[in-house]
Amino acid sequence: MADRTLELVDSGHRACGGCGPAFAARLILKGAGERSIVCASTGCMEVFSTPYPQTAWKVPWIHSLFQNTAAVASGVEAALKRQGRDEHVLCICGDGATFDIGILCISGAFERGHNITYICYDNEAYMNTGIQRSGATPFDASTTTSPAGKKSFGNSRPKKDMPQILAAHGAPYVATCSIAYPNDVIKKVERAVNTDGPCYIQIHTPCCTGWGFDGSKTIDLGKLAIETGLWVNYEIVNGKIEKAKKVKRKPVEEYLRVQKRFAHLFKPSVNTEEIAKIQAIADANAEKFGIDLKI
Amino acid sequence: MKAILEGSHAVAEAVRLVKPEVISAYPITPQTHIVERLAEMVADGVLESEYICVDSEFSALSACLGASAAGSRVYSATSSQGLLFMAEVVFNVAGMRQPIVMSIANRAVSAPLSIWNDQQDSLCLRDSGWIQLYAEDVQETFDLHLLAYKVAEDHRILLPVFVCFDGFIISHTYEPVDIPEEKDVLAYLPPYVPFNKLDADDPLSMGMYATPEYYMEFRYEIDQAMGRALNVIKQAGKEFKEKFGRDYSELVEAYRLDDAEVAIVAMGSVCGTIKDAIDAMRAEGRKVGLLKIRAFRPFPAEDIKKALAGIRKVGVFEKNVSIGSRMKGAVGYEIKDALSDSSVQVISYVAGLGGRDIRIEDIKKMTDAIEAGNGDCFFGLREELI
Repeated sequence: MADRTLELVDSGHRACGGCGPAFAARLILKGAGERSIVCASTGCMEVFSTPYPQTAWKVPWIHSLFQNTAAVASGVEAALKRQGRDEHVLCICGDGATFDIGILCISGAFERGHNITYICYDNEAYMNTGIQRSGATPFDASTTTSPAGKKSFGNSRPKKDMPQILAAHGAPYVATCSIAYPNDVIKKVERAVNTDGPCYIQIHTPCCTGWGFDGSKTIDLGKLAIETGLWVNYEIVNGKIEKAKKVKRKPVEEYLRVQKRFAHLFKPSVNTEEIAKIQAIADANAEKFGIDLKI
Repeated sequence: MKAILEGSHAVAEAVRLVKPEVISAYPITPQTHIVERLAEMVADGVLESEYICVDSEFSALSACLGASAAGSRVYSATSSQGLLFMAEVVFNVAGMRQPIVMSIANRAVSAPLSIWNDQQDSLCLRDSGWIQLYAEDVQETFDLHLLAYKVAEDHRILLPVFVCFDGFIISHTYEPVDIPEEKDVLAYLPPYVPFNKLDADDPLSMGMYATPEYYMEFRYEIDQAMGRALNVIKQAGKEFKEKFGRDYSELVEAYRLDDAEVAIVAMGSVCGTIKDAIDAMRAEGRKVGLLKIRAFRPFPAEDIKKALAGIRKVGVFEKNVSIGSRMKGAVGYEIKDALSDSSVQVISYVAGLGGRDIRIEDIKKMTDAIEAGNGDCFFGLREELI
């Protein structure tokens, strides 16, 4: 087990106060430990943590491009194998790099079965470039490229199901988690790095800047996403869904109301029709994963 | 050992002797025979490399970058569309100073789709920071792979190298090749010693972003290393001659230039045809010679200036087109610049694009055009199609 007291992502980086991904980075390394090599994509985390000549990373870290992290990691892993070395190879990438532009390289790396752990910090839009829609953006969220307007309620499509896509590649271990439950993140990363083959972890990382909430509420937002059923923490072990976190569900409105990206659903009056569609997404999640606590 | 080998298989032999720890490539005509032969070598245990069968050229070079950053010697090969698909990584590899060697079986670029040879693919990446070497025949193609690793991995250089050779014309042609002994290759090219690497025992960050306060100096350093490569390639070529007998101590090669009035400048396999044409023209009393360019990056401007001193007219054979430029070909400008303080006339001829055959007769006609001063044009067009 990795030493959880170690801080392998140092303070002094340039993330926003209350940044979800920054907290995720600390937790990931607590789970993966100091025998890790991190491959990063271009994105918020890369930019806030490595302005030359400073770095926040106390483990070996490499960034090449936006969309090739899984391929770079494939090469790192192959080299380590050939050299008989023991480090864990991690990818830490945002949702744009994962769901959209990097999916070719990820699919290739998973199909080839490299022994890597691919971690997506999912803040549900391209935040580094200023909050544009990605394949991970939830239904009806307003972003700068899916703005709510007179004829639009924001992003018109539901979130892509990346965990299932990677489970379908035969990944032995796929998990979702949230920074709102730090020990769960650490445990899942630890399990992934100690599982042979390509593993995938998707961490919900609320973004105060992109979603529009106060940076002191990041953990609360993460919890609300889970308590409303709009985010589910679960594991897929050898293709089978296991251990979805059960909750006493709250109405989705409680999660939506506190974020500017959904503000258009409450102005000038509450848009019950659209909110009902989002509630239906949460209800479908609850049924699929069996998360409702029976009281 | 002498063997009759297809160009691609000769490249695979060179790679076997170089022993990269990681190979990552994606098949594309006319490069495919190289990666197929390497896969066979790995399957038979003749070559103990990790062979990553990637999903695309983009991933191929990305995986090489990762493996190189982790401290392994690596190898890849591609052509044409594959090279353009990996273009973003091509720049990135040079910027990150990873000494990757990649074979380029030169091929035309779509559209229209063409699997046949020209040099558009590698030449359009001339500004990427990769050393570019061009081979004339199968033996030179083999030899330049050994030399390329020696130069790339030199800690004074740390730049990646394209070893370019004409698709089909070299990649699919059988020629006698002298294959050196493994121990002699090892003496010439010792095991790879990375300058630095990803290592949990000595953590460092690679590929950080640079603000305007830092960016330019990184680019400057790459250019400085490229400048140093002029001499390092020559040294590596000299050492090659001492070990293996074949001379690559110069970045350019003159053929019957001594008393020439007209010179043709060319790169790659067409140099063989040009030499035959020159022999024929010399027999007719025409004072014409060839300057073959082996290294296009770094560009050996001083050597070219020296080699072409006293020449009246220079025609540049261009297997590429820089569309919209006045001279039409990209190489001509570099030659013109190298000769800018002389009164020599430099003109370009875009020829042999998309695999159009170049015969001795064509070179004679081109020489007529050089003498008449007509150039900076496409050469050998089929007027009936225009």
